[in-house]
Amino acid sequence: MRPFHYSRPPSMVEAVVEMRDVLAADPHASATFLAGGTTVLDLMKLEVMQPSRVIDLTALRQEFGYIRRDGASFQLGAFASMAEVAAHPDIIAHVPVIAQSLSLAASAQLRNMASLGGNVLQRTRCAYFRDPSWGACNKRVPGSGCAALEGANRAHAVLGTSAHCIATYPGDFAQALLALDATIVVVGPRGSRTLPFAALHRLPGTTPHLETHLHPGEIIAEFIVPAAPWARRSLYLKIRDRQSYEFAVASVAVALDIDGGTVREARIALGGVASVPWRAGEAEAALQGLPLSDESARTAAAAAFADATPHAHNAFKVALGQSTLVRALLQVASMEPAP
Amino acid sequence: MTKSLTPAPDAASDRTPQRYEGRAKVTGEAHYPSDVRLPRTAHAYLHVSRIGRGTIRSFDLAQARAVPGVIDILTHETLGEDIRQTPAMYQGGYISDSVRPLGSAEVAYWGQPLAMVVAETFEAAREASNRINVTYHPHPAPSADMGSEGAVTQALEPMNLAVGNFEVAYAAAPVRIDADYSTPTQHQNPIELFATQCVWEGDRLTVHEPSQYVNNVKFGLAEQLGIEPERIRVVSPYVGGAFGSKGFLTQRTALVAIAAKRLGRPVKLVATREQGFTVSGYRAETRHRVQLAATRDGRLVALRQEGWELTSRADSVAMGAASMTARLYACPNVSVRVNTVSADRSTPGFMRGPGEVPYGFALETALDELATALDMDPIELRRINDTRTEPIGGLPYTSRSLMRCFDEAAARFRWGERTKPPGSMREGDWRIGWGCATAFYPAYAGNASARVRLSADGRVHVSSAGHELGQGMYTMMAQVAAEQLGVPFEQVTVSLGDSDLPPAVVAGGSSSTASVAPAIMAACDAIRRRLGIEGASPSEIMPAMKASGRGVVEELAEVRAHGVDSIAGLYRGKAVPSGGVHLPDRVQFALGAQLVEVRVHARTHEIRVPRAVGAFAAGRIINPRTAHGQLVGGMIWGISSALHEHTEIDPRNGSYINANLADYLLPVNADIVDVEALMVEEEDPLVNRAGVKGVGEIGVVGVAAAISNAVFHATGQRLRDLPIRLEHLM
Repeated sequence: MRPFHYSRPPSMVEAVVEMRDVLAADPHASATFLAGGTTVLDLMKLEVMQPSRVIDLTALRQEFGYIRRDGASFQLGAFASMAEVAAHPDIIAHVPVIAQSLSLAASAQLRNMASLGGNVLQRTRCAYFRDPSWGACNKRVPGSGCAALEGANRAHAVLGTSAHCIATYPGDFAQALLALDATIVVVGPRGSRTLPFAALHRLPGTTPHLETHLHPGEIIAEFIVPAAPWARRSLYLKIRDRQSYEFAVASVAVALDIDGGTVREARIALGGVASVPWRAGEAEAALQGLPLSDESARTAAAAAFADATPHAHNAFKVALGQSTLVRALLQVASMEPAP
Repeated sequence: MTKSLTPAPDAASDRTPQRYEGRAKVTGEAHYPSDVRLPRTAHAYLHVSRIGRGTIRSFDLAQARAVPGVIDILTHETLGEDIRQTPAMYQGGYISDSVRPLGSAEVAYWGQPLAMVVAETFEAAREASNRINVTYHPHPAPSADMGSEGAVTQALEPMNLAVGNFEVAYAAAPVRIDADYSTPTQHQNPIELFATQCVWEGDRLTVHEPSQYVNNVKFGLAEQLGIEPERIRVVSPYVGGAFGSKGFLTQRTALVAIAAKRLGRPVKLVATREQGFTVSGYRAETRHRVQLAATRDGRLVALRQEGWELTSRADSVAMGAASMTARLYACPNVSVRVNTVSADRSTPGFMRGPGEVPYGFALETALDELATALDMDPIELRRINDTRTEPIGGLPYTSRSLMRCFDEAAARFRWGERTKPPGSMREGDWRIGWGCATAFYPAYAGNASARVRLSADGRVHVSSAGHELGQGMYTMMAQVAAEQLGVPFEQVTVSLGDSDLPPAVVAGGSSSTASVAPAIMAACDAIRRRLGIEGASPSEIMPAMKASGRGVVEELAEVRAHGVDSIAGLYRGKAVPSGGVHLPDRVQFALGAQLVEVRVHARTHEIRVPRAVGAFAAGRIINPRTAHGQLVGGMIWGISSALHEHTEIDPRNGSYINANLADYLLPVNADIVDVEALMVEEEDPLVNRAGVKGVGEIGVVGVAAAISNAVFHATGQRLRDLPIRLEHLM
């Protein structure tokens, strides 16, 4: 770890102003926000991140730690902890996929520390990204190459990759937000704005070091999660190499609007297999208007992975991702949601 | 009689002594070596190589030296000849490998220490280490794993064993199995990191370091530093897990000692978790070919196993447990061979059940394949081939209760409800499989000494330089002394883990109790003699003590283990265990049965282990509480060895890419459901005076094969390479 300047502004306004001033003085300043610290501190110790300036946002928990319900949606303050949201009875009853995606992630200790906002911004577990002694990592050093292409890539993505980066987006909560068409409120130097959660993450393309569409100095303040009645029929299925405290090999967030056995609308997002939280639009379209059966689920799953690009050690994810989706669809169809 | 080792619900009424040091550990009063605070301590940080083979051209230390608080940076250029080249333990020396620390510009493996920074704080030392720039001469990619082109295979002919004529018998047999198996690189990963603190007082050096053998560190370090062993004291009262990784002196200790000498102040090193993957030895990857042949009624007529074990270029290390798998079953024609494969890696070493786990996995999986080919219950196959004598030399087992273990375990498991065809058991989307395997571990013991002091008020102090690894050494020592002298357990205090105490064997090979308990018994005998009541029962001792009018009686005793030629090694840090298959007159094994249930999801293929039952016969069990911890912990590690643990190597630079506890998978509580260890009563007066065979390692042996066999039973897919992961079942 390198020495850095640390501050802990007491409010959102002061945090935004402080970062604005840092960036105004030097647009290329290596400044970072710090929330729960479960990603940033880890990467600082590894020297993957070497910020000269750390602006600690933990005081914002006072302002933005809420869990509220307003009509047909939940407002979740971005500084609420994963643990608090996962345990909230209304979340469990009305949007089970949210609660499950959070409670199946990380460990109890991490869920107590990690904030919702930090969670969706967590960075990949790619070993070549996390070890600076590997020269080739376009995400860490733009233009340097990608050591994972010919390396140990069992854990890597098969969807949304590019020739420049095949790193997997590691999170779980993001898939639930994506499936439910959540929106986020961000606050920055130019005020606040609202954008669909689907517009937050950015495909790696030729610029894998740019992971989101947040503007410099912007902070996620709130998640707005629609809670339509059918959202009660939702779940998160996570397949992994051990039963807890492990990232997904493949995961599915699914919510099903079903009418007498026929799919009115399916909402599906995939984790563990893609470079960003991945909405499986083709699979959703394939199910629309059909009875949900093993056959229709398989057809949808095949559509979801039609464009998959496997590498040497992760070809199994194409088949596993499909069977995970089939299992999740059949399971959610047979759910008896809470009234 | 069988005694369940799951914690008894009526533990309050259980008279088995509680863990001696339990309260100190849970209250934080137990000070592990890195907890010891010495005034004016400087902090060291290792800078390790990021290439897998090559030569250092130069160091650029300017940025590192500029970090505030940096005091000294040791490299091969600044160190000089302060540390001597000494033979590795495999060559009769002390140290775990023969690459001299900071000895030259040569880089032999990824993760090799190239420099050590010493600074006022840990953080400054770490930052400076990260600012060291090393340039290397151009180097080719290393040959870092078994399959790489430049890895060199060498047959270890002295390890070959044969009896009968394998080739002829195999060719003529009606039922044959011939298959290849493999096990991966694994690391012990004790929670306590590899820490060393050194402090000089004049010409005397004290080393605080977690160790399974304090006298090995003392004598080995003296040899490296070229000083008299009497000037070194090694202190290790608690070890936070070791599993073989802290068995022998490693390169780091001399570096810390030299740094402390140069600075004239204490120096503390705590290697990082990642560095721990190359600071000490590890379980090397292995390959095996097993050929079995049997009559149609299941009698083995030919058995052949050949193993290949990865080692470093510097040291030829092989666990060679074919010497054991050759002797487990009745079979007239046996041939086993062992090879090493030298690669650009750090030197491997011991990890719990070092040879037994990989060689046992191969043999016990092959036996399951044979049972399938014979359409026979796999337990019955083992019963048909049970034996009282080993086939190679015809030597007798001192005791052997293998089939009683299977019978006890099978009854508990309800094995009789198993349906034979693979894929025939299912619950909903989960395919169910039941598998079994034999667990074996040689009964070893080494030389040991102990001192026992009895006071007139009935208090007892017992001391010996044994080691508390979490296995219950304090408790065992107190319990044996209390039993021998007829005093309550609570009146006994214990000292251990200090090279100033009477020396004892390495805490390895499951031999601590088998070695140290007889030494304590011998010291208690000497107390009886001193009181003039030789041969008296424990209840007669305190009355005799009172009658003698003495305030204190203190006696020291040493015991030479069966099969060890001389007592001398005990006093030179070379008390290594003997026994097992290394005796001229007999073989000694603890044996057990491992039965497991696996469930494999029909769609997504995750593998779960809801149930495991082990039954073990290991001679006398001194403390069922601590033995329970050993056996259940071992079985959990067995599940881990089958499904989770795998150190992954990038062959391009020989790096370990998952050298951290997030990516090196170990089971978490959610993976471990119902694990039960049964103890089958067994008396073996021959193994040693205490009748103890040891339970430190046997719990882990055989579990991986039982799981692989259960996965076959669930799915019909035979998996011969560990770890087993869901993609192998797709």
